Amino acid sequence: MKIEAQDVHVYYGQDHTLKGVSLTVKKNTVTALIGPSGCGKSTFLRCMNRMNDLIDNCHVKGNILIDGVDINSPSVNINELRKAVGMVFQKPNPFPKSIFENVAYGLRVNGVSNKEYINDKVEWSLKQAALWDEVKDKLKKSALALSGGQQQRLCIARALAVEPSILLMDEPASALDPISTSKIEELIYNLKASYTIMIVTHNMQQASRTSDKTAFFYMGELVEYDDTRTLFTNPKKERTQNYITGRFG
Amino acid sequence: MAKKLGKRMRQKQVRKNKWYEFQDKSFKYIALAATGIGVLVLCVLLYDVFFDGFGRLDWKFFLDSSSRKAKNAGIYAAMGGTLWIMALTTIIAFPIGIGAGIYLEEYNKKGRLSNILEVNISNLAGIPSIIYGLLGLEVFSRTLMLGDTAITGALTLALLILPIIIVSTREALKTVPYNLREASFALGASQWQTIWHQILPASIPGIVTGAILAISRAIGETAPLIVIGAATYITSVPKLPNESFTVLPIQIFYWIGKPQHDFQVNAAAAIIVLLGITFVMNGAAVYLRYRWQKKVKW
Repeated sequence: MKIEAQDVHVYYGQDHTLKGVSLTVKKNTVTALIGPSGCGKSTFLRCMNRMNDLIDNCHVKGNILIDGVDINSPSVNINELRKAVGMVFQKPNPFPKSIFENVAYGLRVNGVSNKEYINDKVEWSLKQAALWDEVKDKLKKSALALSGGQQQRLCIARALAVEPSILLMDEPASALDPISTSKIEELIYNLKASYTIMIVTHNMQQASRTSDKTAFFYMGELVEYDDTRTLFTNPKKERTQNYITGRFG
Repeated sequence: MAKKLGKRMRQKQVRKNKWYEFQDKSFKYIALAATGIGVLVLCVLLYDVFFDGFGRLDWKFFLDSSSRKAKNAGIYAAMGGTLWIMALTTIIAFPIGIGAGIYLEEYNKKGRLSNILEVNISNLAGIPSIIYGLLGLEVFSRTLMLGDTAITGALTLALLILPIIIVSTREALKTVPYNLREASFALGASQWQTIWHQILPASIPGIVTGAILAISRAIGETAPLIVIGAATYITSVPKLPNESFTVLPIQIFYWIGKPQHDFQVNAAAAIIVLLGITFVMNGAAVYLRYRWQKKVKW
């Protein structure tokens, strides 16, 4: 198992946001997390690379094992963890720097200074993110001049450059137009061969198109977790049925 | 019946709309008048000072030091002292103020203690400057036995503008979007790397602008320097920070207190110089902000 979550609870101050979630994720699969707003799916995603640590009054209980290592144990270096578990955010958030520097940043903060290596890695990452052909002639241009969809793929390239084994995506296409969205989805499908991907989405079709497994969250609980096809065609719980057919949410 | 009622309602609405329109217009003119008063007072002040002092401005005025004769007196020593104070205050206040701002905004966990700190720093910015003078007199001049020297003056003024720099640094850091921090952390960057590579470059225009404005406030201060015992009659620029000094505002204050008309003219001329320095610094702050803002867009 690539990821094993065991009875994960998350508290924001007094709020009990995530109530005992357990699930396992296999290597090189795409797992979709779905559920209405505020159900805890993003919170769960953010437990994987300990982004919740940035929030002052947030507490996480329970074990999360990645490759068998408890990521919350004191011996784990949080910066190393975040290099191994890349993340793409809802709103494209490139740095206000050149396209090249955006991708190179992760390497530079890693202490890489070999120019040739950085050049190669930037090219490789941009190719992985299917952006190379569109930007290869303007690597020195500001990343903020790119379109939203391109920016999001740049953010994916940036995450890939530090060679993570897991990629977390928090509604990566929700701010994008349909064409950019389909590009991102295609990309997710291609990246699956080399990465384990977890994606939060509000778009049910997206979840069914891109993922192998789907987890349905509701009110901080994991209601149902199954193969995507099974969950969408033959859900076991009534709540899941109601949600995926659009009766609430 | 219903029709009649509808008509009356409409009339009422029309009356109301007229009243809102009147409110709208009258507020605009009140605001305009308020702005006008501010500008007018500034213009009168500038006119008065220029009328009195402009004729007195020549090279000799910049190269002469204090003298008993108004015609031979100049601002050489005061200018030199002001530049000393400016440089020393900058060296002392910038690193401490910006460092404290970064700590409070980026490292400090939000909680009771940080709230108390925050409120107190804002309060410090509002304390009358003469209080800082008394503090400087007791702590730097007497306890640390630095005497009435330029370094005492600079330390005192640095204390005075620290809260301003801290607050403006924090404001500048706050304008950096949170998702930039997230993006950096998510790539495995440490907190320091995030601050150094992402947050500071994005917020430096605001930080520097605030710091320049703080310094320009410092060089206009008189009261705290009088309290720590800055010289009023001095004929040389200090060569080292541990010599006695005077600054432009004190020179102006001293001249204005003299009965002879010619000294009043000197004061007016010195005011023009002081105003010039503050205008240039504020202008630089505005220019820097403008330049950098064009570079960094979200």
